Amino acid sequence: MASESQAAAPARGEEGAAPADAVPVAYQAGHAAESEARERRSRRYRRDVRWSPYAFIAPFFVFFAAFGLFPLLYTGWASLHRVELTAPTDMEWVGLRNFSRLLDDDFFWNALLNTVTIGLLSTVPQLLMALGIAHLLNYRLRGSMFFRVAALTPYATSVAAATLVFVLLFGRDYGMINWALGLVGFDGVDWQNGDWTSKLAVSTIVIWRWTGYNALIYLAAMQSIPADLYESAALDGASRWQQFLHVTLPSLRPTILFTCVVSTIGAIQLFGEPLLFNGSAGASGGPSHQFQTLGLYLYEQGWVNLHLGRASAIAWTMFLILLLIGAVNWLIVHRLRKNERGAA
Amino acid sequence: MSAVVKSLADRGRSAGRGPRAGRQLHGGRWTYAVLIVFTAVSLFPLVWTAIAASRNNTRLAQTPPPFWFGSNLFKNLEIAWTDANMGTALLNTTVVAGSIAAGTVLFSTLAGFAFAKLRFRFKNLLMLLVIGTMMVPPQLGVVPLYMLIAELRWTDHLQAVILPTLVSAFGVFFMRQYLLQALPSELIEAARVDGANSLRVVWHIVFPAARPAMAVLAMLTFVQAWNDFFWPIIALTQNGSPTVQVALTGLGRGYIPDQSVIMAGALLGTLPLLVAFVIFGKQIVGGIMQGAVKG
Repeated sequence: MASESQAAAPARGEEGAAPADAVPVAYQAGHAAESEARERRSRRYRRDVRWSPYAFIAPFFVFFAAFGLFPLLYTGWASLHRVELTAPTDMEWVGLRNFSRLLDDDFFWNALLNTVTIGLLSTVPQLLMALGIAHLLNYRLRGSMFFRVAALTPYATSVAAATLVFVLLFGRDYGMINWALGLVGFDGVDWQNGDWTSKLAVSTIVIWRWTGYNALIYLAAMQSIPADLYESAALDGASRWQQFLHVTLPSLRPTILFTCVVSTIGAIQLFGEPLLFNGSAGASGGPSHQFQTLGLYLYEQGWVNLHLGRASAIAWTMFLILLLIGAVNWLIVHRLRKNERGAA
Repeated sequence: MSAVVKSLADRGRSAGRGPRAGRQLHGGRWTYAVLIVFTAVSLFPLVWTAIAASRNNTRLAQTPPPFWFGSNLFKNLEIAWTDANMGTALLNTTVVAGSIAAGTVLFSTLAGFAFAKLRFRFKNLLMLLVIGTMMVPPQLGVVPLYMLIAELRWTDHLQAVILPTLVSAFGVFFMRQYLLQALPSELIEAARVDGANSLRVVWHIVFPAARPAMAVLAMLTFVQAWNDFFWPIIALTQNGSPTVQVALTGLGRGYIPDQSVIMAGALLGTLPLLVAFVIFGKQIVGGIMQGAVKG
């Protein structure tokens, strides 16, 4: 994957050091001190070339190890202990009990199911709409930059601000959405307390925040599709829709996969929207936990019920789920590649 | 996951865009119609935040909901400002997002430069590791992270939210892809021959060459850090040293929450970024699209 850099980099170590090394030693017989200084310089130079790359990447890896890798691994360790928030340093070994309790816990399964449901409800429409919007943005447009910046403003809105507004818009008695539904003859919907309606509402917030962002990512990929592909497709008599299906979509496959993975990771972590969607319900995700996600459940176990050990078990389970999704994803891509090769 | 890594790398390689890439068809009437609707939906909640913030609780409890501005905006902003500790929160968030952006840009540029242009052992393996870390959400390590800052007595101190987010794998990848093509290796060679050591190379050659990408990465990181929610709400408290997002959750916890004040708070917390978007929108859009093709 680093082919370019390898092509660019070779021989620097040797060549770069050459001027200092190449001076014939015999000439320096009378200038012993000077040659020694030169020798020192060249040694320092070689040391610099050799070690500076590590110095440059060190900050990233040091911080990542301290605040990324170590916490992740230690989560696994903590999940095997009883740890209370009030005394986080007192850890009592309990083996796999946190996990077995988790598997017996209806709220865990509920949260898992909610996470998957809300994940699908938010990711699928969001990516489909983003594809469509990107397709439109890919035309030559007046004010195209305005459309792009406007599409990105929800991304600039924080989870907290966005959710608080949508809570009002989704209000049961005075919310604008119910008012609009009333105009076309529907009864008011209790978005917050309903089972499916609350999941829909939470998903709507996610969709609103991320559709434009994903559209721009698709747009970037669409713009790097060679124009002659479309021209030859048009010569073959393909309609615009067929061009979209047979030229645009296949070229976007890696990008679509990429956005799917990123959205999935986001969906598994979903936290702020359900937490604030019913502020008075705290971290329970509604009166009957109808929109409690895994992230929210983790927070509730750890920071409301003060069981850090159990929270760790939830986090570790989420990590395993991610690994599973990663493996499935890899399998799919592998299969696709194989088929492609088979077809070609 | 490795498949994604591969596809990322593939795209990194094919990022060079030919002059004839992309389509040049003009948009029709329907294209504009759909995009205008989409834009309206994107902007409406923000506009309505301002409308609701300019009303009062009584008006928000009536149908139909208000569609135009009222006269209470400044009163509500003032209440939100004092009730939610907004002054402190805005200042804190600026410090936090600014530090994170500065740290991320600096460390990402250094590492990105090393990965793009220098030779060292285990380079490819380490780069794969960087990309792999992008796939692991930091939320999963939250318990030990909390234990760590509790142990260090950092709760309610800003370093508790700055340090864990100070580096970003995406940033390293982003800078690497940019420097691969934007920084000619001959330039580094020439400086080397002139006797410049690595620090001078970085200062006089890498930083100037990387400046456009550094600016974009700074903006993207700033936006993300400004809006970060999960970790700040655990590490900081509303009455201690909150960021804007933490302060917002405290608004309207009262017996009868005043919705117009909550909206005023939301407006206060969003406005700085919106202003930045109006000014730098083009660059931010460019950065996200650039990062998409390359990362």
